[in-house]
Amino acid sequence: MSPGNDAVLLTGNHAVAWGARLARPKVVPVYPITPQTPILELLTEFQAQGELEAEIITPESEHSVMAACIAASLGGVRVFTATASQGLMLMHELLHYASGARAPIVMANVNRTIASPWGFWPDQTDSVAQRDTGWIQFYVESAQEGLDTVLQAFRIAERVRLPVMINLDAFYVSHSLEPVRVPPQALADEYLPPYAPEHYLDPARGESWGNVVTQEMYWRHRRDIGGAMDAVPEVAAEADREWQRLSGRGWDLVERYRCEGADLVVLTMGSMCGTAREAVDELRDAGHAAGLLKVRLFRPLPAAELRRALAGVRDVLVLDRNFSPGAGGVLHQELRAALYGTAAAPRVHGALAGVGGVNVPPAKIAELAGRARSSEPLPEAVWAR
Amino acid sequence: MGKMIDILCSGHAACPGCIDAVSARHVLAALGPDCVAVMPPSCMAVIAGPQPFSGLRIPVYQASLESAAASACGLRRALDVRGRTETQVVVLAGDGGTYDIGLQCLSSAAERNENILYVCFDNEGYMNTGAQKSSSTPRYAKTGSTPAGKPTRKKNFTEIMAAHRVPYAATATAGFLRDLVRKVEKAKSLRGTRVLTLLIPCLDGWGVPEDQGIAVARLAVQSGMFPLYEVEDGLRYTLNDPPKSRPVRDYLMSQGRYRNLGDAQLDELQREVDADWARLEQRAQASAVQ
Ligand SMILES: Cc1ncc(C[n+]2csc(CCOP(=O)(O)OP(=O)(O)O)c2C)c(N)n1
Ligand code: SF4
Ligand SMILES: [Mg+2]
Repeated sequence: MSPGNDAVLLTGNHAVAWGARLARPKVVPVYPITPQTPILELLTEFQAQGELEAEIITPESEHSVMAACIAASLGGVRVFTATASQGLMLMHELLHYASGARAPIVMANVNRTIASPWGFWPDQTDSVAQRDTGWIQFYVESAQEGLDTVLQAFRIAERVRLPVMINLDAFYVSHSLEPVRVPPQALADEYLPPYAPEHYLDPARGESWGNVVTQEMYWRHRRDIGGAMDAVPEVAAEADREWQRLSGRGWDLVERYRCEGADLVVLTMGSMCGTAREAVDELRDAGHAAGLLKVRLFRPLPAAELRRALAGVRDVLVLDRNFSPGAGGVLHQELRAALYGTAAAPRVHGALAGVGGVNVPPAKIAELAGRARSSEPLPEAVWAR
Repeated sequence: MGKMIDILCSGHAACPGCIDAVSARHVLAALGPDCVAVMPPSCMAVIAGPQPFSGLRIPVYQASLESAAASACGLRRALDVRGRTETQVVVLAGDGGTYDIGLQCLSSAAERNENILYVCFDNEGYMNTGAQKSSSTPRYAKTGSTPAGKPTRKKNFTEIMAAHRVPYAATATAGFLRDLVRKVEKAKSLRGTRVLTLLIPCLDGWGVPEDQGIAVARLAVQSGMFPLYEVEDGLRYTLNDPPKSRPVRDYLMSQGRYRNLGDAQLDELQREVDADWARLEQRAQASAVQ
């Protein structure tokens, strides 16, 4: 198949691989893990066919994949990789290393349960557990959104000099076939010019990275990373607008679905949004003013935009397909923190919905919504399936 | 040797009399300025200096402890993409970062025959964290984590690398500088994964007086505890001068870490060294007739 503007059937994984190919990364270290492996396989296939001019590195572990990503990125070239679950866990130390090094790596993560015990099911605990690592995080709902977000991610990463993680739910997104428009290379090139970093490791330049610093230098470095994160909502919104202008598709940082006049809003991330849309439609059909807020950008959390979107809403139902033992649902925690202290904040109800990949049908979401409207929120999230 | 161009500057942070620094100075001078260094945490990384200073006149990437070789591969590929294929990527790592926590990724780099030069500064312990044992610590040496002496042998790292059939794996030490510089130059002239292991008597960690580092390094070779040899393509072994000529006792008695060693233990170490030496000689002879 060749890129053009016609829709073709692609899985989420293959759409992400196409997005990566269109971004023209120069170094791609990869390690297989279910359900990410098809991304790796398609990229190595592209490279073997001469359709992707990149150095593929096949190290012995995800840990070494991330080590190679960071050093290659500091070597001055565009870098892409993909992982899932245990692979992401193994990278943890180096995720911090990457953002500390201000390396604009883009990585896809297929959200899968973390062992033990073993499982292969959609669950976002793997990536939400990385929320303090200094990576920008997106959650996508569809294959098309996955492809488009990879291109947007490079644009954002290289502008703010922070790495970006694009998360797609195991199987529901990674393996579902959907019609996807693969943009022409020329369009991708127009959107994403070649990577030309200000700093890189080269004997002709004499710059180094990683030497021991003083408390004062470390403090300033962390503050700068914070500044870069703060700039992300605006930079990401620009990246989305520009992509919308060129491709006709925009995704927003927080998508509002049927939120007009809503007194109850369901808030969630990833594939759960698809189910929640159906639930919202059913509720609207039954005469209830319900809407959906899809959190696409999770790190940094677009708090100001969430507060705006929830102004005047009476109840928010947060659906978390993740679980932080002792704390509950991570999105639930984050939203409550974002709303704390705002005047006339909505009542926030939390549900651990779909943890471990269990199915949450639209009717269940409608039922949870009904309960939220009629009762005071509990301090802890409720378990739902 | 002609006038050397120093890549390692004076004023660095090594202990006075440190053999790590002397060795790095000569390795880097032999490599020249078209070079990028990768360093995991180790004495070498301390010597490289705190920000905003740098003890080296080449770019340094300070990697995480377990990822030096993997990082070097990433940097290598990036340089290749940018057309800098002649630039050397050199890893300067300690034995802990090499024999232990970094061995997995080094093995992987060697299996792919990545074009990197890996230099292990083998001071036989974790010196940066206060002299604990590594798997390079020899039997009966006392360290912070083996106060009664380490009960097991030193891992044979050069043979492990040779078993990967890398183009070049060799041992050297600043105690025999000409041999060391020749090996660096030889490694520089080859492509693929090249591995040098340099014995670094650590003054503090081994209990060696400040002015005795080089003398101890020489004794290590002369006693056969640290034979100088090179392995090409994993098969061709060459033993380098000087050969084993002195009892291990001479070497062991020069260091505090072997204090209170009994005669039985001394004899046992002598037997081990003799057997290892005989095996190495056999391999070198077998290579010669090939
Ligand atoms: C993952 C990790 N664990 C532990 C450390 C602490 N640490 C720093 S250097 C070092 C030992 C280094 O020993 P070696 O590689 O032999 O270098 P030397 O200090 O002896 O030169 C350790 C354990 C670390 N930096 N990273
Ligand atoms: S601790 Fe040992 S190896 Fe490290 S700088 Fe001091 S003498 Fe050199
Ligand atoms: Mg050491």
